[in-house]
Amino acid sequence: MNGPIQRVRRLLAATSSMALAATPALAQGQQTAALTAPGADLPVLGAPHDWQMVLQPAYSPVKAEIISLNHLVLVIIGLITALVAGLLLWVIVRYNAKRHPVPTQTTHNTVIEITWTVVPVLILVIIAIPSFRLVYYEDRTYDPDMTIKVTGHQWYWEYTYPDQKNLDFMSNIVPDDKLKAGQPRLLTADNPLVLPVNKNIRILTTSGDVIHSFFVPALGVQRYAIPGRTIETWVRIDRPGIYYGECNQICGTNHSRMPIDVVALPDAQFQAWVTQAQKQFAADATPVAPAPTRTAEAATKGADQPGTQIVAATYESKLGQGQTR
Amino acid sequence: MSVTTHDHAHEHHDHKPGFFVRWLCSTNHKDIGTLYLTFALIGGTTGAILSEIMRAQLNFPHNTLIDTGQEWNTIVTAHGLLMIFFAVMPALIGGFGNWFIPLMIGSPDMAFPRLNNISFWLLPPAYCLIMTGLLLHESGTGWTLYPPLSLSQYEPGPGMDCTLFALHLAGISSLLGAINFITTIFNMRAPGMTLHKMPLFIWAMLVTAFLLLLAIPVLAGAITMVICDRNFGTAFFDPAGGGDPVLFQHLFWFFGHPEVYIMIVPAFGIVSHVISTFSHKPIFGYLGMAYAMVAIGVIGFVVWAHHMFVSGIDVDARAYFMAATMVIAVPTGIKIFSWIATMWGGALEFPTPMLWAIGFIFVFTLGGVTGVVLANAGIDQILHNTYYVVAHFHYVLSLGAVFGIFAGFYFWIGKMSGHQYPEFWGKVHFWLMFIGVNLTFFPQHFLGAAGMPRRYPDYPEAFAGWNFVSSVGAYISGLGYLVFFYVLYRTFASKEHVAANYWGDGATTLEWQQPSPPPFHTYAELPLIR
Repeated sequence: MNGPIQRVRRLLAATSSMALAATPALAQGQQTAALTAPGADLPVLGAPHDWQMVLQPAYSPVKAEIISLNHLVLVIIGLITALVAGLLLWVIVRYNAKRHPVPTQTTHNTVIEITWTVVPVLILVIIAIPSFRLVYYEDRTYDPDMTIKVTGHQWYWEYTYPDQKNLDFMSNIVPDDKLKAGQPRLLTADNPLVLPVNKNIRILTTSGDVIHSFFVPALGVQRYAIPGRTIETWVRIDRPGIYYGECNQICGTNHSRMPIDVVALPDAQFQAWVTQAQKQFAADATPVAPAPTRTAEAATKGADQPGTQIVAATYESKLGQGQTR
Repeated sequence: MSVTTHDHAHEHHDHKPGFFVRWLCSTNHKDIGTLYLTFALIGGTTGAILSEIMRAQLNFPHNTLIDTGQEWNTIVTAHGLLMIFFAVMPALIGGFGNWFIPLMIGSPDMAFPRLNNISFWLLPPAYCLIMTGLLLHESGTGWTLYPPLSLSQYEPGPGMDCTLFALHLAGISSLLGAINFITTIFNMRAPGMTLHKMPLFIWAMLVTAFLLLLAIPVLAGAITMVICDRNFGTAFFDPAGGGDPVLFQHLFWFFGHPEVYIMIVPAFGIVSHVISTFSHKPIFGYLGMAYAMVAIGVIGFVVWAHHMFVSGIDVDARAYFMAATMVIAVPTGIKIFSWIATMWGGALEFPTPMLWAIGFIFVFTLGGVTGVVLANAGIDQILHNTYYVVAHFHYVLSLGAVFGIFAGFYFWIGKMSGHQYPEFWGKVHFWLMFIGVNLTFFPQHFLGAAGMPRRYPDYPEAFAGWNFVSSVGAYISGLGYLVFFYVLYRTFASKEHVAANYWGDGATTLEWQQPSPPPFHTYAELPLIR
């Protein structure tokens, strides 16, 4: 990977301005989630809060850059919208027929027409420069410390750690009636994706059935999970904490019920968790998911009693392999 | 531009065929336009009812108005398809296009009057097929129909195939219509009406027709491939057979992006006419306006993958599509500023059509600038498929295209029917809709920024606040829509008849020379344009 295009990409990624010194404080409404598994007593950092109007705060350098560019663009479009609204109000007031009964017949003004062509071009260039840097920075990390593979399924996630002896497990939604205090509905999963902080993590996504989308807003991560295809992106998590995400591509009846829980731990705790998880999930081989058999009823009738999932019917065979659902 | 015609007794050109022949076998552009507008009302009402159901379900978290996610997904799909193919397009293109292209260019009818009829009559069966998919709860893919979810392994049953076939019928309808419009506009303008003397609505319809001509066949190819995968054992999009789901996305969006310009460019044309008429001024920068629409159409064909920024396309491709998408802001800005410049120095009046047109300029600007945000692939990574996107496209469609439709209705209903709408209730309709749709969709920007995904029937509690506000806005819009029905009733029940040109000296295009309503056949003698 050393051709000219790759060198340019790396240059663009490296020259992306460093993240704003975002000091992620606990926002109003967040609470400490009580997880018995990894991440107990960690703050919930990546979650929406009531009446939120802005992007979730950044806990990764990519998200920080996104917020920074978004601020720039928001200011520009705010000014443009205010300008248009102001001009409209002005013409309505100044040139209404009662106050200005004789219309002019002006249909040209070369200076104005050139201005309103050239100025938008300049504005777009101002936006485009940081925007190009951002898209190359977001694309991938060039020196990953580890890799995780995310496989989307109907309707749960499967996480594989190829660098940790192919540790592999499923992560299902915790049904409403099994939620503990402080666990948000529709965002809580049973086996979180545990990751170390301050490491460059390559994320590979794929799917076992239909297209899903692996979306964690606070970390600035989104990529589709497409069967037959492996897509790469990356993340570096700044702080230990819990970060929620959701499936973001329509994937069937329980599309809204396959959350993503990312638990970021300091490195030593992460290594300890890996050892424990390898025993718990008996991961000595990458499992092959059997093709889901699906009857017409099973597909069209969603198993939508709160908390139950159609997964139960089709994936029992996996229990024998030591996979936890 | 002035017109020379000979006088004829109206009755001579007003002989209409019997009911069955007139309405089922029409070869009359005005009647076919009426059929399209009536049909668009039905399609739009169905789509609106579905949207009210959707907002009612989303009114509170953990709501159980809709039983299953599959049912929800099907409603979402039907809402999108109905609004696009059975409301906005029939109203703007089939309805106003058919009514006013011949009237404005001084042509007795379309180039292919009988083809025009089949274009319309393909739509009612297509509508029935969409309803079949809806009622069977078997098309839960979203209007974007992505495989593998749309393949038979995941959406078994005939409902999905019905939906796909419905789009074939609607597509053929639009394609034949596009051929008709292009031929008519190129060949049948009255003597003296050069391309650069054409009204801007005609330019808009010409650009729209070319977009349809080139984009619809690609949709047809893509959905044929899905139908084959579903029914004939092919594997175009099934990786198990060597196929690629991303191929569908490329094909779909190659159609899908021009499709959104197909929906908005006719509205651009209508807004130009309304603004000019009620400013009592010609449009500012006519050539700029005409060629801005051409530029939007042309560039619109090379930006499709901005819908695929997170589908795993190469980073250099993302960079290109981002740059190309941002370029479209330039001709669009030219249009916005030219409309304002038209009003500048004018003698503005504000009857209902002008309210819709000015409202359009504001809300389309709002929707357009959020499009600039989404065009940045870097930012789109965190906004793709969230409610921010839903807010963006509803601003440009529900507020943009729909405001254009209502502007056209209030502007031209007197011409089409001979009866005028009640001004007070027209304004009530406008203000209820304006407040309602802004209240519905503006908070959705917040939901999307906060991370709420689209196509969700239920959501975490944190999103409850703005969802409640959005649903209240939807109920207000619904009320406005009911007021529109009252406006329709009052219009058609009105005893007064309006003059040929009931808007005064601001209305300068040819349709205002015709009586209201025009005779069954117009321009038996071609007008001479100077």
